[in-house]
Amino acid sequence: MAEITLKNLAHSYLANPTSDADYALKEMDHIWQDGGAYALLGSSGCGKTTLLNIISGLIRPSHGRVLFGGRDVTDAATAERNIAQVFQFPVVYDTMTVRDNLAFPLRNRGMDAGYIKARVDQIAQMIGMEAMLSKKARGLGADAKQKISLGRGMVREDVNAILFDEPLTVIDPHMKWELRTQLKQLHREFGHTMIYVTHDQTEALTFADKVVIMYDGRVVQMGTPEELYEAPAHTFVGYFIGSPGMNFFDAEVSGNRATLPDGTMIALGADYAPISGQIGIRPEYVGLTDEGGLPLTIHRIEDVGRHRLIRGEVLGKPLNVVVPEGQAVAALPRVAFAPDKINIYANEWRVAPRGPAERAA
Amino acid sequence: MEKTQNNRAWLLVIPVLVLVAFSAVIPLMTVVNYAFNDTFGNNDFFWAGLEWFDEMIHSERLHGALGRQAMFSAIILAIEVPLGIFVALNMPKKGFWASFCLVLMALPLLIPFNVVGTIWQIFGRVDIGLLGRTLAGLGVDYNYTNDPIDAWATVIVMDVWHWTSLVALLCYAGLQSIPQAYYQAAKIDQASRWAVFRYIELPKMQGVLLIAVLLRFMDSFMIYTEPFVVTGGGPGNSTTFLSIDLVKMAVGQFDLGPAAAFSLMYFLVILLVSWVFYTVMTNMDKEAK
Repeated sequence: MAEITLKNLAHSYLANPTSDADYALKEMDHIWQDGGAYALLGSSGCGKTTLLNIISGLIRPSHGRVLFGGRDVTDAATAERNIAQVFQFPVVYDTMTVRDNLAFPLRNRGMDAGYIKARVDQIAQMIGMEAMLSKKARGLGADAKQKISLGRGMVREDVNAILFDEPLTVIDPHMKWELRTQLKQLHREFGHTMIYVTHDQTEALTFADKVVIMYDGRVVQMGTPEELYEAPAHTFVGYFIGSPGMNFFDAEVSGNRATLPDGTMIALGADYAPISGQIGIRPEYVGLTDEGGLPLTIHRIEDVGRHRLIRGEVLGKPLNVVVPEGQAVAALPRVAFAPDKINIYANEWRVAPRGPAERAA
Repeated sequence: MEKTQNNRAWLLVIPVLVLVAFSAVIPLMTVVNYAFNDTFGNNDFFWAGLEWFDEMIHSERLHGALGRQAMFSAIILAIEVPLGIFVALNMPKKGFWASFCLVLMALPLLIPFNVVGTIWQIFGRVDIGLLGRTLAGLGVDYNYTNDPIDAWATVIVMDVWHWTSLVALLCYAGLQSIPQAYYQAAKIDQASRWAVFRYIELPKMQGVLLIAVLLRFMDSFMIYTEPFVVTGGGPGNSTTFLSIDLVKMAVGQFDLGPAAAFSLMYFLVILLVSWVFYTVMTNMDKEAK
């Protein structure tokens, strides 16, 4: 096991990349701690799989280095890195039995037969396939096959990291939950570094200690689920995390006031240097009020069970509001933003509030 | 919706019925007719029962041809299938060279059979052929017109040259359909090259291989034109395969009765062997499940 360091890492699939757009991965510097459970979250085509394949050695990065516990493995072959990877679609050896499938990575490394048997039985129990060990893998359904792939990924105890590339896509929802719980348990038990690629935020937030959000070939934020929720570092994180995503309004910010285009002043919870950008507020922190605030035009109200969701418009911009159950919605509702829950963005990136020292200066 | 019953719709089937009747059913029934009758000319036929079949089944000449035929099919399958797989594995996967190889491989398949025969007939001639002259110049005693072994070698090499491409192209298609993730997983599992072939590539090629073996078996078992053009079935009878013998009998000697009985049995043998191949290979698949 080892800490994974990405040093000035960038990758382009083109031979001679010229502009920023030619890079599938833009330059990044990140450290993945030993034993961490990470989720790599982002929309399709943002570079998640590329990053994963660089870590596992299936792709050689065009720039920068990859270090495992201080050792430079940029040019090391996949087998040398001692990594396990589970792919999006089940990869099983059709003509082998389930048992042979699970034993395959161990046998290839010349492990002792007794150990292999014990370990395979243990893994089979974990993925719930003890009864099927002697069956050929070919006739099994997609979710059983994917369980075999997961099992094969976890069968080696000494791996540096286990990488999961959207492994639960083909599994039905009930089983998804169960397998994710098992993965989590496994992580606690063995302490492998796990990197889990997904585009499903629930999956990411429940699995990982730290969620890494990628957008357009860049890691835009690496943080705990709470950090992502309360202080998204990039507007994309705001949109992507939460359901529905964050509301944004253009605003002129100065001190602890933001001025919307129509001149309305909004109080902020902190003090900012003068800037022209956007304010971002989560739908959960938008409150309905009787006086003051901004007039809301309601397009539609969705009852989601525990709360209601208003989809509407303020000053010509779309706004989503989460209304707690039981609260009445007035005929001409007005909305107010919780000042300390407002984040400020300039050029899509979050702006930190000024400290007292800067304010004095 | 209520469907209208109108039996006149059957009339629409008539054209295809007539076509099939004239192209397949009637010719086949003529052969069946010949097989059970004898004639002394004048188009007068009289019933012969199973006489021709009996004669053919016990005919040494037919046994010889059948033996040579079976050996020929076995040899070319044993060469073309592994060679085709080997070629497919080593072809470039994409880019200019992939297309180039595909075109190159397809070329022999596009040449008419008798042209292939003529090419090799001339190519192998000791007096003017490139191959024959070269071998003679190297001191090799090669002459396909009077040495049975040389004749066999020529016919087999010609068939391999002509048809290995088909096996290779089918296998190539099978290989191309394997998702990249399988190779990546194999790398991560530290599988050897042999294991990748044995557990990933071969199982994924099984379907196309079945088709390749079937096609090559049927074609080689019915082969006529190429060996006929090259060796004419000789020297002696050494390269007289079933079709060549059949044509000699039917068209050369005009023994229509025996030839008809012969061709019916020939047809049944091909059908039977193909069926056995198919059943065995699909059952292998089922057992695996």
